[in-house]
Amino acid sequence: MASRVKPVDKLMTVDDALDLIADCKSVMFGGFGGVGNPPTLIDGMLKRGIADLTLIGNDAGFPEIGVGKLITARRVKKLIASHIGSNPEAGRQMTSGELEVEFSPQGTLAERIRAGGVGLGGVLVDTGLDNSDVTKGKKIISLKGQSYLLETALTADVAIVYAKKADQYGNAVYDTSARNTNPLVAMAGTMTIIEAEEIVETGALNPEEVVTPGVFVNGVVQSEGVNWRWVWERK
Amino acid sequence: MGKEIRYQMARRAAREITPGMVVNLGIGIPTLVADYVPETVPVMFHAENGVLGTGPSPAAGKENPHLCNAGGFPITVARGASYFDSATAFAVIRRGKLDMTIMGALQVSESGDLANWIVPGKRVPGMGGAIELAEKAGKVVILMNHTDKEGNPKILRNCSLPLTAAGCVNMVITDMAVIEISPRGLILKEVFPPFTIEDVREKTEPDLITEYTVIAPQEGKL
Repeated sequence: MASRVKPVDKLMTVDDALDLIADCKSVMFGGFGGVGNPPTLIDGMLKRGIADLTLIGNDAGFPEIGVGKLITARRVKKLIASHIGSNPEAGRQMTSGELEVEFSPQGTLAERIRAGGVGLGGVLVDTGLDNSDVTKGKKIISLKGQSYLLETALTADVAIVYAKKADQYGNAVYDTSARNTNPLVAMAGTMTIIEAEEIVETGALNPEEVVTPGVFVNGVVQSEGVNWRWVWERK
Repeated sequence: MGKEIRYQMARRAAREITPGMVVNLGIGIPTLVADYVPETVPVMFHAENGVLGTGPSPAAGKENPHLCNAGGFPITVARGASYFDSATAFAVIRRGKLDMTIMGALQVSESGDLANWIVPGKRVPGMGGAIELAEKAGKVVILMNHTDKEGNPKILRNCSLPLTAAGCVNMVITDMAVIEISPRGLILKEVFPPFTIEDVREKTEPDLITEYTVIAPQEGKL
């Protein structure tokens, strides 16, 4: 029997979302090499002049792709990521001291974000112990004869996420490998905004297929889709 | 490095893959390895951006820009493939479900130390997923040039660059040779013609065990 109660509607305009993001100092983003970065929110942030950001996510994208555009436009003062190898501009800014970069091994970074998202203070990780840059300043904990690094949880003022489909409540599903860090990031924001390629009526998604439960989501915006050319298209 | 040499290295690395393996291929030459695994060898390729069971590149115009390997290039998926988030992608690695990783390197030491994430003061790309892959994969195979651009050995007694991970490399395949890292030392398994055992010795800093060395037969053209 269909309920007559109107479901919670978190749909908002991109402008409303940007009003919220403009007050945030730290922004966590979903995506891997630009794939799964939310393009419309990133462009909105560029147009609004949002700056002095601490960005947290897998990587620095490419200079003209995804979050890389925010770095190229010098809107980022600190980046927490696993690599910047695909974005030479980020490397240049790091070398010149304009951009502070904290590297975390990719799997460790995913777990730090997941820890933030599930309400833990950190995780014990046994990878990276041979890497002096990874261990620097971190507590080593011995447990059952094995050493672990204490890796702290990551959260952010706002998490921005790119989904294939979301309903008005914020339940979301992802597209193939554009899922990557998005479901983890979606849970780790003090506030989470989902940019969706397609927005459907609440109830239209099969509960069995939902990847991100809408309870973690504060806003849903309509995406205008990817507006950059991928590296493999430039031939 | 010439195309033929790259293919020769990829073809040799493919021979390390046995039926049923789960294998991660790094960016660059390692990506080519998939092309040389016979169709009769069932293998699941893992991509750390969240795919198990990557397939060949799609035909031009058939790409889904969201379906990529970890290097950002469009892929298809094989039968039995799955998509998952980054935490699960690294759970596959950390839990020992990955039988082999094939990646590039800047330096490898005779005890299997790996340096491939930073050249201090010059290049700081970050480690990405290399640490987890190197430490947790069942077997670590490195594909790289035998020497650097100045002709200096990249296989050293001790790495001079900061380590990605210690004691993790099992095999190095270069443009000159196949070297196995064993508790006894470096075993020179194969030499690719036109190079000789002496050529390889000259370009490798540590001693090489050569009692089992074979000169790799010239394989058929591609």
